[in-house]
Amino acid sequence: MSSQALISVNNLVRYYGDYCAVDNISFELAAGDILGFLGPNGAGKSTTMQMLSGNLAPTEGEIHINGVDLLDKPGAAKAALGYLPEVPPLYKEMSVDEYLRYCAKLRRIKKADTKDAMVLAKQRCGLSDVGKRLIGNLSKGFQQRVGIAQAILHSPQVIILDEPTVGLDPIQIREIRELITELGKSHGIILSTHILPEVESVCNRVQIINEGKLVYASDMKGLLAQQATGKYEISLHRPPSVDEIRATDIIDQVEQLGDNSFIVHISTTADKLADTAVNNNWGLSKLVPHEHSLEQIFVNLALGDGEQL
Amino acid sequence: MITSIAMRELRSMFLSPLAWSVLAVTQLILAWSFFTQIDFFFNIQPELATLPNAPGVTDLVVMPTFEAAGIILLMVTPLLTMRLISEERRNGSIALLLSSPVSMTQIVLGKFLGIVLFMLIFIIMISMMPLSLLMGTELDLDKLAAGMFALFLLLSAFSSAGLYLSSLTENPVVAAMSTFGLLLLLWIISNNTGDNTAALTQLSLLSHFAPMLRGLIDTADIAYFVLFISTFLLLTIRQMDSQRLQG
Repeated sequence: MSSQALISVNNLVRYYGDYCAVDNISFELAAGDILGFLGPNGAGKSTTMQMLSGNLAPTEGEIHINGVDLLDKPGAAKAALGYLPEVPPLYKEMSVDEYLRYCAKLRRIKKADTKDAMVLAKQRCGLSDVGKRLIGNLSKGFQQRVGIAQAILHSPQVIILDEPTVGLDPIQIREIRELITELGKSHGIILSTHILPEVESVCNRVQIINEGKLVYASDMKGLLAQQATGKYEISLHRPPSVDEIRATDIIDQVEQLGDNSFIVHISTTADKLADTAVNNNWGLSKLVPHEHSLEQIFVNLALGDGEQL
Repeated sequence: MITSIAMRELRSMFLSPLAWSVLAVTQLILAWSFFTQIDFFFNIQPELATLPNAPGVTDLVVMPTFEAAGIILLMVTPLLTMRLISEERRNGSIALLLSSPVSMTQIVLGKFLGIVLFMLIFIIMISMMPLSLLMGTELDLDKLAAGMFALFLLLSAFSSAGLYLSSLTENPVVAAMSTFGLLLLLWIISNNTGDNTAALTQLSLLSHFAPMLRGLIDTADIAYFVLFISTFLLLTIRQMDSQRLQG
C-alpha cells in the first residue's frame, strides 16, 4: 500500500449467506483520480460501495481510507469520506438547509465553518434557491442533488458516488458531470454508473466488475489506445472491389459492410488512409474510427468472453 | 454528536403530526381521568376528615393520574418508537449515519436520548395538571417529584425496549406490535397468582413502578430500570453491528 493512495482495497470478499457478492477485489485510488466503476446489475458494485463507505462490513479483506484502516478506526477513516448511496439518504420532513446543517454536525464541521461549507455545497449543486424548501417536496433530480451536496459538504478527500446522475435531466447531468470533473482535480472520486458515455466523459480510470470479480481495469489513456486499433469505417462513392482495396500498401485487411462501406484495418494513421482514397479517386465520403468502445468491452466482459480483448 | 442526533429525532417527531396527536390525545384522556379523580375526592372528603392519618389529595388524585399515564403510554410508546430505526433503514437514510464519523453507540444513544426528551416534555405536560391544584390546596411536593421520577424511569424503559424492537425489522408496524406485546406482557406478568411467582414479579415493570408512585424510592427499583434500559440499549447496538455484518 503506497502512502499516497486515498483508498486502498486489499482482497475484499463479501458473502451474503452462501452467495458470494464480491470476490477478492483489490484496487487503489489516488488523489486526482476519477474512477469509473462499471458492471451489469447484480455484479457487486453497490455492495463494494457500501463496504467502502462503512455501511457493510466485509467478510474478508482490508480497506484503508486516506491511510486509515476503516475497520480498526472507523471514525477517523469516515471523516475523510463522502458517500452518496443509490437511494439518497434524505429526511423528507426537513428543509434543505436544516438537512445540510445536520449533516455538517455529523461530519464534525466546526460551527464557524458550517455556513461557508453549506453555501459552497449548495452553489456547487445548484441548490442555492431551494434552501428553505422541504426535501420531500423537491423533484427527484433536486433530491439527487441534495444527496450529492451532502456527500461533498465537508470536502472529503474521498467521494463515493453510486449512480449520481440517475433521475436527472440532460442539462443537470451535464452540470453534475462538470461538477465531478472539477471535484476530481482535488479529491479522489469513485463513480458507479450504468451509463457508459458518462464514464468515457468524466473518468480517467475505469474498472469493470462482473459476478463479484474485477474483470477489467485500465486508465482512460490505455482504453483510448486500445480503441485506436487502426480500424476505420469508410464509405466510398466509387467503391473499388475488395481485392483492389486490399492491394494498396497501407491496408492490411478489409471487410465489406454494405455496397459502399467497408471496415479497413490499417497499420498507419488515418490521414494516410484518406490520402490513399483520394489518390485512387474512390470518392471518399465518410471516414470514422471503428471504435473498440467501452460499450463493446463492457458487453464482451459481461457476456463472459473477455478473451477477445 | 449524540445531542445532534437526539435533537434531529425530536424535531422530526414534531415536524410530523404524530407527536402532536399523541400529546393531544393522551392529555385529553388524562385530563378526564384527573377530573374524575378530583370529583371522587370531593365526594369522599367529609369521610376522610373523620379519619386520622387520612390519605391526602396527592395520594388520591395525583398518583392515580400518573398510573393512568403509565398505562396509556404503554399503548402509545410503541407508536413513537416504531420508526426510530426501522424507517431509516427502509428509506435508506441510515446510510448517512453509517457513513459519517459516528459510532454505533452514538447513533443508538442519540436516538434514545431523542425519544427520552420527548417523554420529558410529556411528563412536564401532565404534571401541569396536579401542579394547578397548588392554587387551591397544598400538595405533597416530594411525593409528586417521586411520581414524576417514577414515570420518567418507566417511560425511558418503554422507549429502550421500543428502540430495540425497531432495530429488528424494516417494518414499523411489526416493530410497534411487538413492542406493545412485550411491554404489556412485562406489565401484567406480576398479576400471576400461584406459587413461585416471586421471580416473575421481579421481572414485572408494574411491580417496580407502583411502589415509587406511593413515594417509596427503592434502590432496587431504580437498579431494575437502569438494568432494563441498558440491556435494551446494548442489544440495539449489537443488533445494528450485526446487521452491518450480515447485510
